[in-house]
Amino acid sequence: MASVPAVLRSEWTKIRTVASTVWTLAGALVVTVAVGAGLSALMRAQFDNLPEFERATFDPTVISFSGMVLGQLAMVVFGVLVVGTEYGSGMIRTSLAAVPQRATFLFGKVTVAGLLALAVGLVTSFLSFFVGQALLGEHRTSIGEENVLRAVIGGGLYMGLMAVFSMGVAAMLRSSMLSLGILVPFFFLVSQILSAVPGAKEVARYFPDQAGSKIMQVVPNAMGQDPAPYGPWGGLGIMLLWVAAALAGGYVVLKKRDA
Amino acid sequence: MIELEGLTKRFGTKTAVDRLSFTVRPGMVTGFLGPNGAGKSTTMRMMLDLDAPTSGTVRIDGRHYRELDEPLKYIGALLDAKALHGGRTAYHNLLCLAQSNRIPERRVGEVLDLVGLSAVARKKSKNFSMGMGQRLGIAAALLGDPRILMFDEPVNGLDPEGIHWIRNLMKHLATEGRTIFVSSHLMSEMALTADHLVVIGQGKLLADMSMADFIQRNSRSYVRLRTPQRELTRDVLASAGLTAVDAGDGALEIDGESTERIGELLAEHRVVLHELSAQRASLEEAFMQMTAGAVEYHAHDGAGPQWGADVKGA
Repeated sequence: MASVPAVLRSEWTKIRTVASTVWTLAGALVVTVAVGAGLSALMRAQFDNLPEFERATFDPTVISFSGMVLGQLAMVVFGVLVVGTEYGSGMIRTSLAAVPQRATFLFGKVTVAGLLALAVGLVTSFLSFFVGQALLGEHRTSIGEENVLRAVIGGGLYMGLMAVFSMGVAAMLRSSMLSLGILVPFFFLVSQILSAVPGAKEVARYFPDQAGSKIMQVVPNAMGQDPAPYGPWGGLGIMLLWVAAALAGGYVVLKKRDA
Repeated sequence: MIELEGLTKRFGTKTAVDRLSFTVRPGMVTGFLGPNGAGKSTTMRMMLDLDAPTSGTVRIDGRHYRELDEPLKYIGALLDAKALHGGRTAYHNLLCLAQSNRIPERRVGEVLDLVGLSAVARKKSKNFSMGMGQRLGIAAALLGDPRILMFDEPVNGLDPEGIHWIRNLMKHLATEGRTIFVSSHLMSEMALTADHLVVIGQGKLLADMSMADFIQRNSRSYVRLRTPQRELTRDVLASAGLTAVDAGDGALEIDGESTERIGELLAEHRVVLHELSAQRASLEEAFMQMTAGAVEYHAHDGAGPQWGADVKGA
Protein backbone atom coordinates (compact mmCIF):
# COMPACT_ATOMS: atom_id res chain seq x y z
CA MET A 1 0.00 0.00 0.00
CA ALA A 2 1.12 3.47 -0.76
CA SER A 3 1.97 5.59 2.24
CA VAL A 4 -0.95 7.93 2.92
CA PRO A 5 1.13 10.80 4.36
CA ALA A 6 3.39 10.58 1.29
CA VAL A 7 0.40 10.81 -1.04
CA LEU A 8 -0.99 13.78 0.92
CA ARG A 9 2.35 15.57 0.65
CA SER A 10 2.50 14.86 -3.04
CA GLU A 11 -1.02 16.18 -3.61
CA TRP A 12 -0.23 19.29 -1.61
CA THR A 13 2.76 19.92 -3.87
CA LYS A 14 0.56 19.44 -6.92
CA ILE A 15 -1.97 21.98 -5.65
CA ARG A 16 0.46 24.65 -4.53
CA THR A 17 2.53 24.53 -7.72
CA VAL A 18 -0.15 25.44 -10.25
CA ALA A 19 -1.31 28.98 -10.86
CA SER A 20 -5.00 28.07 -11.07
CA THR A 21 -5.12 27.31 -7.33
CA VAL A 22 -4.25 30.87 -6.41
CA TRP A 23 -6.54 32.60 -8.86
CA THR A 24 -9.58 30.44 -8.25
CA LEU A 25 -9.36 30.58 -4.46
CA ALA A 26 -8.45 34.27 -4.40
CA GLY A 27 -11.33 34.83 -6.84
CA ALA A 28 -13.75 33.03 -4.53
CA LEU A 29 -12.71 35.18 -1.59
CA VAL A 30 -12.61 38.54 -3.37
CA VAL A 31 -15.85 38.07 -5.30
CA THR A 32 -17.79 36.83 -2.29
CA VAL A 33 -16.59 39.59 0.00
CA ALA A 34 -16.91 42.36 -2.58
CA VAL A 35 -20.40 41.46 -3.81
CA GLY A 36 -21.54 40.86 -0.22
CA ALA A 37 -20.20 44.27 0.78
CA GLY A 38 -21.88 45.97 -2.17
CA LEU A 39 -25.27 44.42 -1.44
CA SER A 40 -24.97 45.14 2.27
CA ALA A 41 -24.36 48.82 1.52
CA LEU A 42 -27.27 48.82 -0.92
CA MET A 43 -29.61 47.22 1.62
CA ARG A 44 -28.75 49.79 4.21
CA ALA A 45 -29.63 52.57 1.77
CA GLN A 46 -32.79 50.85 0.55
CA PHE A 47 -34.01 49.31 3.80
CA ASP A 48 -37.02 51.59 4.14
CA ASN A 49 -38.16 50.77 0.62
CA LEU A 50 -38.24 47.01 1.24
CA PRO A 51 -41.65 45.30 1.29
CA GLU A 52 -43.11 44.77 4.73
CA PHE A 53 -42.61 40.97 4.80
CA GLU A 54 -38.95 41.30 3.84
CA ARG A 55 -38.35 43.80 6.58
CA ALA A 56 -40.05 41.46 9.04
CA THR A 57 -37.73 38.58 8.19
CA PHE A 58 -34.66 40.70 7.47
CA ASP A 59 -31.55 38.55 7.95
CA PRO A 60 -28.39 40.67 8.04
CA THR A 61 -26.22 37.54 8.06
CA VAL A 62 -27.73 36.27 4.82
CA ILE A 63 -27.35 39.71 3.23
CA SER A 64 -23.62 39.78 3.99
CA PHE A 65 -23.30 36.38 2.25
CA SER A 66 -25.00 37.57 -0.96
CA GLY A 67 -21.69 37.30 -2.81
CA MET A 68 -21.58 33.56 -2.39
CA VAL A 69 -23.89 32.97 -5.36
CA LEU A 70 -21.03 34.22 -7.51
CA GLY A 71 -18.12 33.31 -5.27
CA GLN A 72 -19.16 29.67 -5.11
CA LEU A 73 -18.58 29.43 -8.86
CA ALA A 74 -14.88 30.10 -8.29
CA MET A 75 -14.94 27.27 -5.75
CA VAL A 76 -16.56 25.04 -8.36
CA VAL A 77 -13.81 25.96 -10.82
CA PHE A 78 -11.16 25.19 -8.20
CA GLY A 79 -12.67 21.80 -7.43
CA VAL A 80 -13.08 20.88 -11.08
CA LEU A 81 -9.54 21.91 -12.02
CA VAL A 82 -7.91 20.03 -9.15
CA VAL A 83 -9.22 16.75 -10.58
CA GLY A 84 -9.85 17.67 -14.22
CA THR A 85 -6.32 18.81 -15.09
CA GLU A 86 -5.07 15.32 -14.28
CA TYR A 87 -7.10 14.13 -17.24
CA GLY A 88 -6.58 17.12 -19.51
CA SER A 89 -2.80 16.84 -19.33
CA GLY A 90 -2.48 13.05 -19.33
CA MET A 91 -0.90 13.45 -15.89
CA ILE A 92 -3.43 10.93 -14.59
CA ARG A 93 -1.42 8.05 -16.11
CA THR A 94 1.77 9.24 -14.46
CA SER A 95 -0.07 9.79 -11.17
CA LEU A 96 -1.69 6.36 -11.15
CA ALA A 97 1.55 4.66 -12.12
CA ALA A 98 3.04 6.28 -9.01
CA VAL A 99 0.02 5.58 -6.77
CA PRO A 100 -1.86 2.61 -8.26
CA GLN A 101 -4.25 2.32 -5.31
CA ARG A 102 -7.19 4.29 -6.70
CA ALA A 103 -8.82 5.06 -3.35
CA THR A 104 -5.60 6.35 -1.79
CA PHE A 105 -4.98 8.53 -4.83
CA LEU A 106 -8.48 10.02 -5.17
CA PHE A 107 -9.28 10.50 -1.50
CA GLY A 108 -5.77 11.79 -0.79
CA LYS A 109 -6.29 14.44 -3.43
CA VAL A 110 -9.81 15.30 -2.24
CA THR A 111 -8.66 15.53 1.38
CA VAL A 112 -5.88 17.99 0.63
CA ALA A 113 -7.87 20.10 -1.83
CA GLY A 114 -11.01 19.92 0.33
CA LEU A 115 -9.21 21.10 3.47
CA LEU A 116 -7.67 23.97 1.55
CA ALA A 117 -11.06 24.95 0.11
CA LEU A 118 -12.59 24.72 3.57
CA ALA A 119 -9.90 26.98 5.05
CA VAL A 120 -10.36 29.56 2.29
CA GLY A 121 -14.15 29.19 2.65
CA LEU A 122 -14.00 29.94 6.38
CA VAL A 123 -11.80 32.99 5.88
CA THR A 124 -14.15 34.18 3.12
CA SER A 125 -17.19 33.60 5.27
CA PHE A 126 -15.89 35.47 8.32
CA LEU A 127 -14.56 38.30 6.19
CA SER A 128 -17.86 38.62 4.31
CA PHE A 129 -19.75 38.66 7.55
CA PHE A 130 -17.72 41.36 9.28
CA VAL A 131 -17.39 43.58 6.21
CA GLY A 132 -21.10 43.16 5.45
CA GLN A 133 -22.20 43.94 9.00
CA ALA A 134 -20.02 47.01 9.12
CA LEU A 135 -21.73 48.31 5.99
CA LEU A 136 -25.26 47.45 7.17
CA GLY A 137 -25.05 50.12 9.84
CA GLU A 138 -28.01 50.08 12.24
CA HIS A 139 -29.47 46.97 10.60
CA ARG A 140 -26.46 44.83 11.44
CA THR A 141 -26.26 41.83 13.70
CA SER A 142 -23.25 40.56 15.66
CA ILE A 143 -21.36 37.28 15.86
CA GLY A 144 -22.56 36.83 19.46
CA GLU A 145 -26.24 36.70 18.52
CA GLU A 146 -28.03 33.39 18.58
CA ASN A 147 -27.23 31.12 15.60
CA VAL A 148 -25.02 33.72 13.91
CA LEU A 149 -21.74 31.91 14.58
CA ARG A 150 -23.32 28.69 13.28
CA ALA A 151 -24.32 30.51 10.09
CA VAL A 152 -20.87 32.03 9.55
CA ILE A 153 -19.02 28.76 10.12
CA GLY A 154 -21.69 27.12 7.98
CA GLY A 155 -20.86 29.55 5.16
CA GLY A 156 -17.29 28.28 5.21
CA LEU A 157 -18.44 24.66 5.28
CA TYR A 158 -20.77 25.38 2.37
CA MET A 159 -17.98 26.75 0.19
CA GLY A 160 -15.65 23.88 1.04
CA LEU A 161 -18.36 21.34 0.24
CA MET A 162 -19.12 23.02 -3.10
CA ALA A 163 -15.46 22.49 -4.06
CA VAL A 164 -15.48 18.85 -2.94
CA PHE A 165 -18.75 18.17 -4.76
CA SER A 166 -17.14 19.58 -7.93
CA MET A 167 -14.13 17.30 -7.45
CA GLY A 168 -16.43 14.28 -7.37
CA VAL A 169 -18.25 15.41 -10.51
CA ALA A 170 -14.97 16.05 -12.34
CA ALA A 171 -13.75 12.57 -11.35
CA MET A 172 -16.94 11.10 -12.82
CA LEU A 173 -16.79 13.11 -16.05
CA ARG A 174 -12.96 13.02 -16.39
CA SER A 175 -12.89 16.38 -18.11
CA SER A 176 -12.57 19.95 -16.88
CA MET A 177 -14.47 21.49 -19.75
CA LEU A 178 -17.38 19.09 -19.53
CA SER A 179 -17.62 19.44 -15.75
CA LEU A 180 -17.54 23.24 -15.87
CA GLY A 181 -19.99 23.26 -18.75
CA ILE A 182 -22.47 21.41 -16.57
CA LEU A 183 -21.80 22.72 -13.06
CA VAL A 184 -21.47 26.46 -13.71
CA PRO A 185 -24.75 26.90 -15.62
CA PHE A 186 -26.42 24.54 -13.19
CA PHE A 187 -25.53 26.46 -10.04
CA PHE A 188 -25.65 29.91 -11.58
CA LEU A 189 -28.82 29.57 -13.65
CA VAL A 190 -30.77 26.32 -13.46
CA SER A 191 -30.85 25.99 -9.70
CA GLN A 192 -31.59 29.70 -9.17
CA ILE A 193 -34.38 29.76 -11.74
CA LEU A 194 -36.03 26.52 -10.66
CA SER A 195 -36.03 27.65 -7.04
CA ALA A 196 -38.35 30.49 -8.08
CA VAL A 197 -40.73 28.43 -10.23
CA PRO A 198 -43.79 27.07 -8.45
CA GLY A 199 -43.85 23.29 -8.63
CA ALA A 200 -40.18 23.05 -9.58
CA LYS A 201 -39.03 24.61 -6.36
CA GLU A 202 -40.22 21.66 -4.30
CA VAL A 203 -37.58 19.65 -6.15
CA ALA A 204 -34.98 22.40 -6.40
CA ARG A 205 -34.83 22.82 -2.66
CA TYR A 206 -33.14 19.41 -2.50
CA PHE A 207 -30.36 20.51 -4.87
CA PRO A 208 -26.99 20.65 -3.08
CA ASP A 209 -26.65 24.41 -3.23
CA GLN A 210 -30.25 25.18 -2.22
CA ALA A 211 -30.22 22.74 0.68
CA GLY A 212 -26.69 23.55 1.83
CA SER A 213 -27.17 27.31 1.86
CA LYS A 214 -29.85 26.96 4.55
CA ILE A 215 -26.98 26.70 7.03
CA MET A 216 -26.27 30.40 6.48
CA GLN A 217 -29.72 31.59 7.53
CA VAL A 218 -30.23 32.95 11.00
CA VAL A 219 -33.83 34.12 10.65
CA PRO A 220 -36.12 31.21 9.64
CA ASN A 221 -37.51 31.69 6.12
CA ALA A 222 -35.33 34.74 5.78
CA MET A 223 -36.28 37.54 3.40
CA GLY A 224 -39.66 36.08 2.58
CA GLN A 225 -38.42 32.67 1.38
CA ASP A 226 -40.75 29.70 1.40
CA PRO A 227 -40.43 27.50 4.46
CA ALA A 228 -38.30 24.40 3.81
CA PRO A 229 -39.10 20.96 5.22
CA TYR A 230 -35.65 20.81 6.81
CA GLY A 231 -33.63 23.01 9.16
CA PRO A 232 -30.15 24.48 8.69
CA TRP A 233 -28.31 21.28 9.72
CA GLY A 234 -30.78 19.13 7.80
CA GLY A 235 -30.01 21.20 4.71
CA LEU A 236 -26.27 20.76 5.21
CA GLY A 237 -26.92 17.03 5.69
CA ILE A 238 -28.67 16.90 2.31
CA MET A 239 -25.69 18.65 0.74
CA LEU A 240 -23.33 16.17 2.40
CA LEU A 241 -25.28 13.32 0.83
CA TRP A 242 -24.79 14.92 -2.58
CA VAL A 243 -21.08 15.30 -1.92
CA ALA A 244 -20.80 11.68 -0.77
CA ALA A 245 -22.67 10.49 -3.86
CA ALA A 246 -20.43 12.53 -6.19
CA LEU A 247 -17.27 11.18 -4.55
CA ALA A 248 -18.56 7.61 -4.62
CA GLY A 249 -19.42 8.02 -8.30
CA GLY A 250 -16.00 9.49 -9.01
CA TYR A 251 -14.30 6.63 -7.22
CA VAL A 252 -16.28 3.98 -9.10
CA VAL A 253 -15.41 5.61 -12.44
CA LEU A 254 -11.73 5.82 -11.51
CA LYS A 255 -11.69 2.19 -10.42
CA LYS A 256 -13.65 0.73 -13.31
CA ARG A 257 -12.45 2.71 -16.28
CA ASP A 258 -9.12 2.54 -18.04
CA ALA A 259 -6.95 5.55 -17.33
CA MET B 1 11.57 -9.22 -14.73
CA ILE B 2 8.12 -8.76 -16.24
CA GLU B 3 5.96 -11.78 -17.02
CA LEU B 4 2.89 -11.61 -19.22
CA GLU B 5 0.56 -14.53 -19.30
CA GLY B 6 -2.33 -14.78 -21.73
CA LEU B 7 -2.76 -11.01 -21.63
CA THR B 8 -5.87 -10.03 -23.58
CA LYS B 9 -7.67 -6.74 -24.10
CA ARG B 10 -10.90 -6.41 -26.02
CA PHE B 11 -12.64 -3.14 -26.83
CA GLY B 12 -16.14 -4.22 -27.76
CA THR B 13 -15.68 -6.75 -30.52
CA LYS B 14 -12.18 -5.60 -31.44
CA THR B 15 -9.35 -7.54 -29.85
CA ALA B 16 -6.48 -5.11 -29.32
CA VAL B 17 -4.22 -7.52 -27.48
CA ASP B 18 -4.65 -11.21 -28.03
CA ARG B 19 -3.35 -13.78 -25.52
CA LEU B 20 0.13 -12.30 -25.21
CA SER B 21 2.59 -14.34 -23.18
CA PHE B 22 6.24 -13.46 -22.91
CA THR B 23 8.89 -12.57 -20.36
CA VAL B 24 11.05 -9.47 -20.24
CA ARG B 25 14.38 -10.42 -18.69
CA PRO B 26 16.88 -8.32 -16.73
CA GLY B 27 20.28 -7.20 -17.96
CA MET B 28 19.27 -6.56 -21.53
CA VAL B 29 17.24 -4.31 -23.76
CA THR B 30 14.08 -6.03 -24.95
CA GLY B 31 12.60 -4.39 -28.01
CA PHE B 32 8.83 -4.43 -28.38
CA LEU B 33 8.16 -4.12 -32.04
CA GLY B 34 4.98 -3.82 -34.05
CA PRO B 35 3.37 -1.52 -36.59
CA ASN B 36 1.26 1.39 -35.37
CA GLY B 37 -1.97 0.07 -33.91
CA ALA B 38 -0.53 -3.37 -33.16
CA GLY B 39 -1.39 -3.04 -29.46
CA LYS B 40 1.98 -2.01 -28.04
CA SER B 41 0.76 0.96 -26.01
CA THR B 42 -2.30 -0.91 -24.76
CA THR B 43 -0.02 -3.72 -23.60
CA MET B 44 2.25 -1.28 -21.82
CA ARG B 45 -0.68 0.44 -20.13
CA MET B 46 -1.90 -2.94 -18.87
CA MET B 47 1.60 -3.68 -17.56
CA LEU B 48 1.30 -0.53 -15.42
CA ASP B 49 -2.23 -1.39 -14.33
CA LEU B 50 -3.61 1.71 -16.04
CA ASP B 51 -5.89 -0.36 -18.26
CA ALA B 52 -7.54 -3.47 -16.91
CA PRO B 53 -6.93 -6.61 -19.00
CA THR B 54 -9.99 -8.48 -20.27
CA SER B 55 -8.14 -11.60 -19.18
CA GLY B 56 -4.63 -12.70 -18.38
CA THR B 57 -2.06 -11.32 -15.95
CA VAL B 58 1.08 -9.23 -15.74
CA ARG B 59 3.57 -9.80 -12.95
CA ILE B 60 6.38 -7.45 -11.99
CA ASP B 61 9.02 -9.44 -10.12
CA GLY B 62 6.27 -11.91 -9.28
CA ARG B 63 3.72 -9.37 -8.05
CA HIS B 64 0.79 -7.48 -9.48
CA TYR B 65 1.47 -3.81 -10.11
CA ARG B 66 -1.13 -2.75 -7.55
CA GLU B 67 0.66 -4.79 -4.88
CA LEU B 68 3.86 -2.78 -5.25
CA ASP B 69 4.38 -0.51 -2.24
CA GLU B 70 6.13 2.31 -3.97
CA PRO B 71 6.02 1.31 -7.62
CA LEU B 72 8.36 4.02 -8.91
CA LYS B 73 11.15 2.23 -7.03
CA TYR B 74 10.47 -0.96 -8.99
CA ILE B 75 9.50 0.23 -12.41
CA GLY B 76 9.80 3.53 -14.21
CA ALA B 77 7.87 4.23 -17.36
CA LEU B 78 7.82 6.78 -20.13
CA LEU B 79 4.43 6.44 -21.76
CA ASP B 80 3.99 9.72 -23.52
CA ALA B 81 6.05 12.81 -23.06
CA LYS B 82 3.05 15.02 -22.38
CA ALA B 83 1.85 12.95 -19.42
CA LEU B 84 2.81 15.72 -17.02
CA HIS B 85 1.13 18.98 -16.04
CA GLY B 86 2.28 21.73 -18.39
CA GLY B 87 1.50 24.52 -15.94
CA ARG B 88 3.93 23.11 -13.41
CA THR B 89 7.69 23.53 -13.60
CA ALA B 90 9.86 20.57 -14.54
CA TYR B 91 11.14 20.49 -10.97
CA HIS B 92 7.70 20.48 -9.37
CA ASN B 93 6.35 17.90 -11.80
CA LEU B 94 9.06 15.54 -10.62
CA LEU B 95 8.83 16.61 -6.98
CA CYS B 96 5.19 15.61 -6.55
CA LEU B 97 5.95 12.23 -8.12
CA ALA B 98 8.97 11.74 -5.87
CA GLN B 99 7.03 12.64 -2.73
CA SER B 100 4.24 10.17 -3.48
CA ASN B 101 6.77 7.33 -3.40
CA ARG B 102 8.93 8.73 -0.60
CA ILE B 103 11.86 9.35 -2.89
CA PRO B 104 14.24 11.95 -1.39
CA GLU B 105 13.95 15.41 -2.93
CA ARG B 106 17.64 15.56 -3.91
CA ARG B 107 16.93 12.78 -6.40
CA VAL B 108 14.83 15.27 -8.42
CA GLY B 109 17.92 17.41 -9.01
CA GLU B 110 19.98 14.33 -9.82
CA VAL B 111 17.68 13.02 -12.55
CA LEU B 112 17.22 16.49 -14.05
CA ASP B 113 20.99 16.69 -14.22
CA LEU B 114 21.19 13.21 -15.74
CA VAL B 115 18.85 14.11 -18.61
CA GLY B 116 20.42 17.53 -19.09
CA LEU B 117 17.48 19.67 -17.99
CA SER B 118 19.01 21.36 -14.94
CA ALA B 119 19.06 24.72 -16.69
CA VAL B 120 15.30 24.66 -17.29
CA ALA B 121 14.29 22.95 -14.03
CA ARG B 122 12.28 26.00 -12.95
CA LYS B 123 10.56 26.51 -16.31
CA LYS B 124 7.00 25.42 -16.97
CA SER B 125 7.02 22.18 -18.87
CA LYS B 126 4.36 23.29 -21.38
CA ASN B 127 6.97 25.46 -23.07
CA PHE B 128 9.30 22.52 -23.58
CA SER B 129 10.14 21.23 -27.04
CA MET B 130 9.28 17.65 -27.96
CA GLY B 131 12.82 16.56 -27.16
CA MET B 132 12.87 18.32 -23.79
CA GLY B 133 9.47 16.84 -22.92
CA GLN B 134 10.82 13.40 -23.77
CA ARG B 135 13.85 13.99 -21.55
CA LEU B 136 11.61 15.13 -18.70
CA GLY B 137 9.51 11.97 -19.11
CA ILE B 138 12.68 9.89 -18.94
CA ALA B 139 13.77 11.78 -15.83
CA ALA B 140 10.41 10.87 -14.27
CA ALA B 141 10.96 7.22 -15.16
CA LEU B 142 14.42 7.26 -13.55
CA LEU B 143 13.29 9.01 -10.34
CA GLY B 144 12.98 5.93 -8.16
CA ASP B 145 16.19 4.36 -9.52
CA PRO B 146 14.05 1.39 -10.59
CA ARG B 147 15.34 -2.02 -11.69
CA ILE B 148 12.83 -2.08 -14.53
CA LEU B 149 12.38 0.63 -17.13
CA MET B 150 9.77 0.87 -19.80
CA PHE B 151 9.85 3.32 -22.70
CA ASP B 152 7.04 3.71 -25.22
CA GLU B 153 8.44 4.99 -28.52
CA PRO B 154 11.16 7.04 -26.84
CA VAL B 155 12.82 8.29 -30.02
CA ASN B 156 9.62 9.71 -31.51
CA GLY B 157 10.09 13.31 -32.50
CA LEU B 158 13.69 13.51 -31.36
CA ASP B 159 16.56 15.03 -33.29
CA PRO B 160 19.52 12.78 -34.18
CA GLU B 161 21.47 13.89 -31.15
CA GLY B 162 18.56 13.06 -28.87
CA ILE B 163 18.10 9.66 -30.49
CA HIS B 164 21.77 8.89 -30.01
CA TRP B 165 21.54 9.95 -26.37
CA ILE B 166 18.53 7.71 -25.66
CA ARG B 167 20.10 4.71 -27.35
CA ASN B 168 23.22 5.02 -25.25
CA LEU B 169 21.23 5.62 -22.09
CA MET B 170 19.20 2.43 -22.61
CA LYS B 171 22.28 0.35 -23.31
CA HIS B 172 23.99 1.82 -20.28
CA LEU B 173 21.00 1.08 -18.05
CA ALA B 174 20.93 -2.51 -19.30
CA THR B 175 24.61 -3.04 -18.53
CA GLU B 176 23.81 -2.07 -14.94
CA GLY B 177 21.66 -5.20 -14.86
CA ARG B 178 18.32 -3.45 -15.26
CA THR B 179 15.39 -4.73 -17.25
CA ILE B 180 14.77 -2.46 -20.21
CA PHE B 181 11.59 -2.76 -22.25
CA VAL B 182 11.29 -0.39 -25.17
CA SER B 183 8.67 -0.19 -27.88
CA SER B 184 9.11 1.01 -31.43
CA HIS B 185 7.54 0.67 -34.82
CA LEU B 186 10.94 0.96 -36.47
CA MET B 187 12.95 -2.21 -36.99
CA SER B 188 16.07 -0.20 -37.80
CA GLU B 189 15.88 1.46 -34.40
CA MET B 190 15.51 -1.86 -32.61
CA ALA B 191 18.38 -3.41 -34.53
CA LEU B 192 20.65 -0.79 -33.00
CA THR B 193 19.53 -1.08 -29.38
CA ALA B 194 17.75 -4.31 -28.61
CA ASP B 195 19.32 -7.58 -27.49
CA HIS B 196 16.01 -9.39 -27.47
CA LEU B 197 12.98 -8.86 -29.61
CA VAL B 198 9.26 -9.31 -29.08
CA VAL B 199 7.24 -8.68 -32.23
CA ILE B 200 3.48 -8.28 -32.27
CA GLY B 201 0.98 -7.67 -35.04
CA GLN B 202 -2.73 -7.13 -34.49
CA GLY B 203 -2.23 -7.86 -30.82
CA LYS B 204 -0.78 -11.30 -31.42
CA LEU B 205 2.71 -12.50 -30.64
CA LEU B 206 4.65 -12.99 -33.87
CA ALA B 207 8.14 -13.51 -32.54
CA ASP B 208 9.95 -13.71 -29.21
CA MET B 209 13.65 -14.34 -29.73
CA SER B 210 17.10 -12.87 -29.42
CA MET B 211 18.04 -10.17 -31.90
CA ALA B 212 20.73 -12.46 -33.36
CA ASP B 213 18.22 -15.25 -33.89
CA PHE B 214 15.77 -12.84 -35.42
CA ILE B 215 18.36 -11.61 -37.89
CA GLN B 216 19.39 -15.18 -38.63
CA ARG B 217 15.88 -16.38 -39.30
CA ASN B 218 14.17 -13.45 -40.81
CA SER B 219 16.49 -11.72 -43.16
CA ARG B 220 16.49 -13.36 -46.54
CA SER B 221 20.03 -14.29 -47.53
CA TYR B 222 21.10 -14.86 -51.08
CA VAL B 223 24.16 -14.94 -53.28
CA ARG B 224 24.87 -12.14 -55.69
CA LEU B 225 27.19 -12.56 -58.65
CA ARG B 226 28.33 -10.70 -61.72
CA THR B 227 29.77 -12.41 -64.77
CA PRO B 228 30.36 -11.63 -68.46
CA GLN B 229 29.06 -15.16 -69.27
CA ARG B 230 25.46 -14.80 -68.14
CA GLU B 231 23.87 -17.48 -70.32
CA LEU B 232 26.50 -20.08 -69.49
CA THR B 233 26.10 -19.27 -65.80
CA ARG B 234 22.34 -19.66 -65.92
CA ASP B 235 22.70 -23.04 -67.64
CA VAL B 236 25.25 -24.34 -65.14
CA LEU B 237 23.11 -23.21 -62.19
CA ALA B 238 19.97 -24.64 -63.76
CA SER B 239 21.67 -28.01 -64.17
CA ALA B 240 22.36 -27.92 -60.41
CA GLY B 241 18.71 -27.11 -59.72
CA LEU B 242 19.33 -23.42 -58.90
CA THR B 243 17.52 -20.44 -60.36
CA ALA B 244 19.34 -17.19 -61.05
CA VAL B 245 17.19 -14.11 -60.93
CA ASP B 246 18.12 -10.90 -62.70
CA ALA B 247 18.95 -8.22 -60.10
CA GLY B 248 18.36 -5.44 -62.59
CA ASP B 249 21.85 -3.96 -62.48
CA GLY B 250 23.41 -6.71 -64.56
CA ALA B 251 24.02 -8.95 -61.55
CA LEU B 252 22.29 -12.24 -60.79
CA GLU B 253 20.82 -13.33 -57.46
CA ILE B 254 20.54 -16.92 -56.29
CA ASP B 255 18.52 -18.07 -53.28
CA GLY B 256 19.17 -21.08 -51.13
CA GLU B 257 22.84 -21.86 -51.74
CA SER B 258 26.16 -20.82 -50.23
CA THR B 259 28.81 -18.72 -51.96
CA GLU B 260 31.28 -21.61 -51.54
CA ARG B 261 29.10 -24.11 -53.37
CA ILE B 262 28.23 -21.71 -56.20
CA GLY B 263 31.87 -20.60 -56.56
CA GLU B 264 33.04 -24.18 -56.83
CA LEU B 265 30.28 -25.14 -59.23
CA LEU B 266 31.04 -22.27 -61.60
CA ALA B 267 34.81 -22.86 -61.34
CA GLU B 268 34.30 -26.44 -62.54
CA HIS B 269 32.77 -24.98 -65.69
CA ARG B 270 35.47 -22.33 -65.97
CA VAL B 271 33.01 -19.45 -65.71
CA VAL B 272 34.61 -16.04 -65.23
CA LEU B 273 33.28 -14.14 -62.18
CA HIS B 274 33.57 -10.40 -61.49
CA GLU B 275 31.72 -10.60 -58.20
CA LEU B 276 30.49 -13.30 -55.85
CA SER B 277 29.06 -12.21 -52.51
CA ALA B 278 26.67 -13.24 -49.76
CA GLN B 279 23.81 -10.76 -49.28
CA ARG B 280 21.16 -10.14 -46.71
CA ALA B 281 17.87 -8.32 -47.18
CA SER B 282 17.32 -5.54 -44.67
CA LEU B 283 15.66 -6.28 -41.35
CA GLU B 284 13.14 -3.55 -42.03
CA GLU B 285 12.05 -5.58 -45.04
CA ALA B 286 11.82 -8.74 -42.95
CA PHE B 287 9.76 -6.97 -40.31
CA MET B 288 7.38 -5.49 -42.88
CA GLN B 289 6.95 -8.88 -44.44
CA MET B 290 6.29 -10.46 -41.06
CA THR B 291 3.67 -7.98 -39.92
CA ALA B 292 2.08 -7.69 -43.35
CA GLY B 293 1.80 -11.47 -43.16
CA ALA B 294 -0.07 -11.17 -39.89
CA VAL B 295 -2.49 -8.70 -41.39
CA GLU B 296 -3.09 -10.87 -44.43
CA TYR B 297 -3.41 -13.93 -42.31
CA HIS B 298 -6.26 -12.32 -40.42
CA ALA B 299 -7.97 -10.69 -43.34
CA HIS B 300 -8.26 -13.94 -45.25
CA ASP B 301 -8.71 -16.10 -42.21
CA GLY B 302 -5.98 -18.62 -42.88
CA ALA B 303 -5.91 -18.31 -46.63
CA GLY B 304 -3.16 -15.70 -46.70
CA PRO B 305 0.58 -16.26 -46.78
CA GLN B 306 1.78 -18.57 -44.06
CA TRP B 307 4.71 -16.35 -43.16
CA GLY B 308 3.23 -14.89 -39.99
CA ALA B 309 1.81 -18.20 -38.92
CA ASP B 310 5.15 -19.93 -39.35
CA VAL B 311 7.01 -17.50 -37.19
CA LYS B 312 4.33 -17.48 -34.56
CA GLY B 313 4.97 -21.16 -34.02
CA ALA B 314 8.70 -20.52 -33.81
